[in-house]
Amino acid sequence: MAIRRGRGVAAINYPTGMNLGGDPTQALVHSTPTGNFMVTLSSVDLGQGMKQIMAQICAETIGVPTDRVIIDTADTDTGPHCMGTFASRGTHRAGNAVIQAAKEARQVMLEVAAEELEVNASDLETDGEGNIKVKGAPQKSISIFDVALSAHFKRGRSISGRGMFLIPRSYPEKETGAMKPSTCYAHACTVAEVEVDDETGEVTVLAVKNVFEIGRALNPKMVEQQLVGGSWMGISHALYETTEPYYPNRDHGGTDFNQYLMPGPGDLAKTEIIVLERPSADGPFGAKGPGEMCANPQIPAVANAVFDAVGVRIDTLPITPERILRALRAQAAS
Amino acid sequence: MAKVPVQFTLNGSEKAEFVESGTTLLHALRDKIGDTSPKGGCHQGTCGACSVIVDGELRLSCLTLAETCSDADIRTTAGLAEGGVLQPLQRAFLDAFATQCGFCTPGMIMAAKVLLDRTPNPSREDVVEALSGNICRCTGYEPIIQAVLTAARANSQNAA
Ligand code: FES
Ligand code: FES
Repeated sequence: MAIRRGRGVAAINYPTGMNLGGDPTQALVHSTPTGNFMVTLSSVDLGQGMKQIMAQICAETIGVPTDRVIIDTADTDTGPHCMGTFASRGTHRAGNAVIQAAKEARQVMLEVAAEELEVNASDLETDGEGNIKVKGAPQKSISIFDVALSAHFKRGRSISGRGMFLIPRSYPEKETGAMKPSTCYAHACTVAEVEVDDETGEVTVLAVKNVFEIGRALNPKMVEQQLVGGSWMGISHALYETTEPYYPNRDHGGTDFNQYLMPGPGDLAKTEIIVLERPSADGPFGAKGPGEMCANPQIPAVANAVFDAVGVRIDTLPITPERILRALRAQAAS
Repeated sequence: MAKVPVQFTLNGSEKAEFVESGTTLLHALRDKIGDTSPKGGCHQGTCGACSVIVDGELRLSCLTLAETCSDADIRTTAGLAEGGVLQPLQRAFLDAFATQCGFCTPGMIMAAKVLLDRTPNPSREDVVEALSGNICRCTGYEPIIQAVLTAARANSQNAA
């Protein structure tokens, strides 16, 4: 009986969003009378930072500071349609919709500014700080605040835009069943190091090294926080989480946080995160969806590490001490 | 059911309410008094999201009867910032990206505050121990541990 060490590796290819009957998201952008920009969405921020990213995308597209953008995701009844925040689709789908809406709003904004400055709209540029300037003659400028006031009270224009991003439905080919479930894939690779006690079946994850390829990181710190949390969650899926820890009888299944195990702050593996950025062709500013993907590669990596350590393949999650001990016993018997 | 009076200090100001006997402190704070900073995650003492400080002790407000808190000094995360200025502990949570959905955050901050009040220079093990009753689904805990250690350093620099 001994503590045995093992190392496992796994790589994954993860779709951004899904494609059941087509995958649309819409966005609306309009300016307030004081030149702030309101983005209306039905995509919800679950804590992953959707609002921040949408504000960045809108701000970048219109050419204003991020704090001039307000994100309204208040109500899916009254907001423009979105399939939802899931399947790592938020940044990609809603981000593209916001770009389209923001471009249209920017165009109206420049037209109003052009009338005020008596120049052509195509001769104007934004300085990213809240002003619109004539290219090559920056002393000739107007603040976006004044442009919005003019649009609202003088010129009767609505500085607004509509955005729609749709991944059309892909039908499987009759002969082969081949179809295109997604247009954009993120990738990851994890190496997990574990210790397995072959007497108790207990697994300790010593370290995980993760490499994530996520398109472009629109907000690197928020990407990092998502990946760190996701890596932890992957280990949690691999070793702990289940609603039925006491099989075979489902009646004895876990019903609450007392019985639904997750690793706590004392059970953390040494975690390394490396981000590779290979901008996607159809993502907003090259982004992909790292959300769900980041909690996946740890699971097969841990399973492979357990195999490396004690020579048994556990193919049911989570990899509990009981399952390991049963497999070890079966292995010894055969 | 008969109502009972409860009277305590919440973040320095006097509060008085009538609650049904058996009302939890969590319910009284959130639904009677309107301080929604303590969160109800499990309502059975297993997640730590409802943690508050009662007379200097960390308490799970979902398992504490409001009527047992008469004359108590109760502190919640909502009372930490002074004049809109965040405390170093709160600042550290922001800077370390130690909050995502935020549901665990007030409980984490309360647990960390009690730790730092007693142990101004905690070891990593001290921090892990102090947070071990609090569940976080999002962050993987490491950013939270780092935030608490950073806040401890900031506090001791301010004191020096
Ligand atoms: S709500 Fe009190 S511990 Fe979960
Ligand atoms: S930040 Fe979501 S539970 Fe901790």
